[in-house]
Amino acid sequence: MTTRAFQKVYTKIDNITKATVTLRATGVGNDELATVGGKLAQVVKIMGDNVTLQVFAGTEGLATDSEVVFHGEPPKLKVSDNLAGRFFNAYGEPLEGGEQIEGEAREIGGPTVNPFKRKQPSELIATGIAGIDLNNTIVTGQKIPFFADPDQPYNAVMANVALRAKADKIILGGMGLTNDDFLYFKQVFENAGALDRIVSFVNTTENPPVERLLVPDMALTAAEYFAVDKGEKVLVLLTDMTLYADALAIVSNRMDQIPSKDSMPGSLYSDLAKIYEKAVQLPNGGSITIIAVTTLSGGDITHAVPDNTGYITEGQLFLRNDSDTGRVIVDPFRSLSRLKQLVIGKKTREDHPQVMNACVRLYADAANAKTKLENGFDLSDYDERALKFAYDYSEKLLSIDVNMEINEMLDTAWRLFAKYFTKTEVAIKEELTQKYWKE
Amino acid sequence: MKTTGRVKGIISNIVIVKADGPVAQNEICHVWYGDTKMMAEVIKVIGDDAYVQVYDSTRGLKIGDRVEFEGHMLEATLAPGLLSRNYDGLQNDLEKMPSLFIERGSITDPVDFGKNWPFTPLAKAGDKVSAASWLGEVQEQWISHKIMVPFTMTENYTVKSVAAAGEYKVTDTVAVLADAEGNEHPVTMVQRWPVKQAIRCYTEKPRPDRIMETGVRAIDTFNPLAEGGTGFIPGPFGAGKTVLQHAISKQADADIIIMIACGERANEVVEIFKEFPELIDPHTGHPLMERTIIICNTSNMPVAAREASVYTGMTIGEYYRAMGLKVLVMADSTSRWAQALREMSNRLEELPGQDAFPMDLSAIISNFYSRAGLVRLTNGKTGSVTFLGTVSPAGGNLKEPVTESTKKAARCFYALAQGRADSKRYPAIDPLDSYSKYLEYPEIRQYLEEHVGKGWVDEVYAGKTLVQRGKEANDQINILGDDGVPAEYHERFWKSELIDFVILQQDAFDDIDANCPFERQKMMYEMVLEICRKDFNFGDFDACSAFFKTLINLFRQMNYSEWKSGKFEEYRRQIEALVNEQFNK
Repeated sequence: MTTRAFQKVYTKIDNITKATVTLRATGVGNDELATVGGKLAQVVKIMGDNVTLQVFAGTEGLATDSEVVFHGEPPKLKVSDNLAGRFFNAYGEPLEGGEQIEGEAREIGGPTVNPFKRKQPSELIATGIAGIDLNNTIVTGQKIPFFADPDQPYNAVMANVALRAKADKIILGGMGLTNDDFLYFKQVFENAGALDRIVSFVNTTENPPVERLLVPDMALTAAEYFAVDKGEKVLVLLTDMTLYADALAIVSNRMDQIPSKDSMPGSLYSDLAKIYEKAVQLPNGGSITIIAVTTLSGGDITHAVPDNTGYITEGQLFLRNDSDTGRVIVDPFRSLSRLKQLVIGKKTREDHPQVMNACVRLYADAANAKTKLENGFDLSDYDERALKFAYDYSEKLLSIDVNMEINEMLDTAWRLFAKYFTKTEVAIKEELTQKYWKE
Repeated sequence: MKTTGRVKGIISNIVIVKADGPVAQNEICHVWYGDTKMMAEVIKVIGDDAYVQVYDSTRGLKIGDRVEFEGHMLEATLAPGLLSRNYDGLQNDLEKMPSLFIERGSITDPVDFGKNWPFTPLAKAGDKVSAASWLGEVQEQWISHKIMVPFTMTENYTVKSVAAAGEYKVTDTVAVLADAEGNEHPVTMVQRWPVKQAIRCYTEKPRPDRIMETGVRAIDTFNPLAEGGTGFIPGPFGAGKTVLQHAISKQADADIIIMIACGERANEVVEIFKEFPELIDPHTGHPLMERTIIICNTSNMPVAAREASVYTGMTIGEYYRAMGLKVLVMADSTSRWAQALREMSNRLEELPGQDAFPMDLSAIISNFYSRAGLVRLTNGKTGSVTFLGTVSPAGGNLKEPVTESTKKAARCFYALAQGRADSKRYPAIDPLDSYSKYLEYPEIRQYLEEHVGKGWVDEVYAGKTLVQRGKEANDQINILGDDGVPAEYHERFWKSELIDFVILQQDAFDDIDANCPFERQKMMYEMVLEICRKDFNFGDFDACSAFFKTLINLFRQMNYSEWKSGKFEEYRRQIEALVNEQFNK
C-alpha cells in the first residue's frame, strides 16, 4: 500500500512488545490496517487516543521513531476470475512476482450468511476413499477436518481428495506449511493439470507466524467470490489449523489476555467457528466446502484445538496406521461425518446405511477379540472370523489408497459379510439381506 | 431525555462509552457506525464510563462515535404470531432479512404488526384482574393464544371494558383496565418483558407430578423427564447430542417447542428449517413447525447475542406457559453460552475462576434452570416449561465447570458416552451413569403406577440392576477369559446386551423405530424383562451367545416393524417360540 498525500504519518511509538506496538493517534477505526516501519499491522485495541496495533511480521527492528501510517480500511482482497491459477502470500499479494490482480477490493472476514437463506447440503462429494465415501460420506457445504499426527500423510490425502472431488475451484489456505509441502501441493496440482482451478494463499514456516491469522479469511473471501458471485462449487483446503490456533495464542498472550485450557485464548471456539462456518450451501447452487487439517500431538483429541474444532465441524476424519495390514486407514471408530445422513441411502444405494453400520459393528467385535488375544485368552470361532474380516476390511476398504465407486464398496462389504459371517450375525434388515447377500 | 454518550475505547466487541447522564446496568444502547445502528448492552459502569457489549461487529468503529441509551433492558416482544418464526438471539425475524448475508445493524420486527387476528373476549367489564390474567384469546395456528394483562402491570385492576369479538391488529387496544386510583390503562395484544428476569405471574410452583413422553426409550423407560422438569445432556462431540435433541423436539408430548440453537452449527438449524415443515407432530397431527419457535444464534453470529439467545427463548417459553400450555425449551448448547460469558469476563479483565470461566458461572446456570417448572396460574390452571440443555464438555471430560455447575441445577442427567458412540450404540446415553431424580419423587412414582402400570418403577430399577450386573459379568469375562468364568456369567452379560440392543438403542433415522410411544415401550420392556428373568442354564458360552444374537436380531426386526402389524406379531411369535425351545431344552 503506497502512502497517499493526505495521510498523517506518526513517528512516535510509545510501547513495543514482541507482537504489538502502541502509539497516540486519532481518528483510527477498529480493525483498520496500518504500516508500521514498513510492516503491515492491524488495530486491535483503542483506548482514548492510545491505539494498539498487532504487527503481523513481528516487531523485530522497529524503533520508537518508526513511521506509522494508517490505511483507513480493514484488510481487503481484490477478487476477480484472474485469481485462479495464482499463488499468494497471507496479504493476498502474488508470490514469485507476477502482476497484481485487478478487481473489486472486498473486506476479508465479512458478515455471515443468514441461516434462513442457507440450503441444506445434499450433494455428495465422492473421493473414491472407502473410509470416507462408505463410512463418512462428505457433502457439499460441509466442513470437516482431518485429525492426524504430524507424521501421517494428511497433506497427500487432502490433495487426492481435492483432485477427485470435481470442484469448480479449489482454494488452498496453507498456514505454517513447510516449503517442501508447499512445493508438493504445487506439483500435484500442476501434474493433474488442475492449476487453472486452484487459488492458493500460503504462509510457509519461513514467514512470521502471526501472518497466518490472515490466511483463512483471505482464502474464504476468494471462496465466497466464486461461490456467491459465480455460483461455483468451491472446495477450501486449510492446513494446518493447529498452527493457526498457535498464532492466536501468541497474539492473545502478548495482549495480556487470561488463557483458558491449554494456553489457548478463551475465544478460541468463536475464532475457529468464524472460519469453519463459512462453509455453506447457497441458494444459487454455489457452495463452499471446507476440508481442514488439525494436527494432534500423540493422537490427543482432548487438547483445546481438536476439541473445539470437533464441536464446530461436521465430523472429523481420523487417520491411523493399522499395524495389522501396514496401511494408513481412516479410523472407522473415531471418524464421523455428520452430514452423511443427508445422502446415504438417498443419493447412494438403499443398503448403504445398514452396511456401513454392520461393518463398523463387526470391526468393533474384532477389536474386542484382539484385546482378548493380547490378554492371552482363547478365541472363539466367531472371534477368529471377526479378526479375518477386520483384516480384509482394513485392507480392501479402509485403506486410504483404495479408489473405487461407492456401489463397488458396498458390494465388497457384502462379499466380506458372506465370506466370514452368517446372516444373523450381520443382522441387517431382512429385505436388504435378501436382495444383496452375496453367497 | 435519553442519555447519550461517545465511544471512548474499543476492545473487540466491548466498547467503552463516556455517558452524559444516568446509565443502568444491563441497559440497552445503540452505537452508531455511520448510518448503521448497532445494539449493545451495558455490562459494567465505572464513573461516567459505561462498558457495553456490542451485539455486532465493531470493525471500523472510531473514538467519538455516537451512542444512545434506551432506558430499558433487553426485551422480548410477546404477542400472537411468534409460532413458526425463526429468530436470531435478539428476536429479529431472520426470514424478514432481505439479503443473503446478515448485514450489520439488521433489525426486523418479531411479529407482524399489520396482521389482523380474530379476537374473542374472555373477561368482561367489572372483572378483577392482575398481571397475566386472561382477557381474551386469538387463534394462533391450533393454539388458543391468550391475551393477558401485561406482566409488567403489578397491581390489581378492574376491567373497564373489553373489545368485542372481531379482527384486531396486535397494537389495537383490546381492553381498558382501571387501577385502585381509577387511572385507566389501555391494553393491547403486544407486551414486552426484560428477558433476563423470570416471569413470575403465577400462584405457586408445585413439584412436577407427571412425566413428559419423548418417544426415546432410553429416556422414557429408564430415566423419565418430568413435565416442568429440567435435564441436561452432556457428551463429547460426535456422541449424538444434537440428533437426540432433534428427536426429542420432533416427538415430545408438548404444546410448544422452543429450540435455541446457541452457538452451534448453522447447518443443524437448516436441517430444522427444512425438515420441520414437512414433519407431522405425532400427538396432534399438525405440521411440526406450527408448534415450534426457533431461536438461532449460530457459532459465527455475534458472541454477545449468543448469551442473549437463551434468555430470549426462555422468556417466550414462560409467556406461553402463562397461557396454560406445556412448553418444552431446548438449548443446544449451554456450553457455548458459558463460553460467551467467559469471553466477556475475559475482556473485562475480571479475575477468572476455573478454566478462565467467570466466578459466578454456577450461580448464573442455576438461576437460568430455575426458570423452568410447572406452575399453577392465577385462574387455577397449570402450565409448564420443561427445559433440556446440552452441554459440550471440553475434551469430553465431565469434570469441567459447565458440566459440574449444570449437574447441580438440573434434575435429569443423560450422559452420552464416547464408548457407546464409538461402537455406534445410539442414543449413546450411558445406562449406568445417567439418572433421573424424578424416579425418586413419590408424585412421579404414583403417576407412573397409575398411568403405565403397577410396579412399573420397580421394573425399571430391576432393568437397571440387570444392566449393572451384565457389565460386572463382562468385566470378569474380559479379565478371566471366556472359558475362565461359568456359563452363567455369559448369560448375565448377554441379558444386559439384550436390554441394551432392544430397549436402550434406537435408530433415530428409521421412520418407525425413531419414535416409540409409551405403550409400545412398555410392551417391549416387559417382554425383554420376562426373558431376562428366565434361567436358561446354557451348557457353554457359544450356545449362549448364539441364542442371544438370534434373539436380539429378531427383536431388532420387531423394533423396525410397524406397531402390531402382521410382521410385528410374526417376529413376536418367533421370539416366543425360540425362547420356549431354549428354555425347555
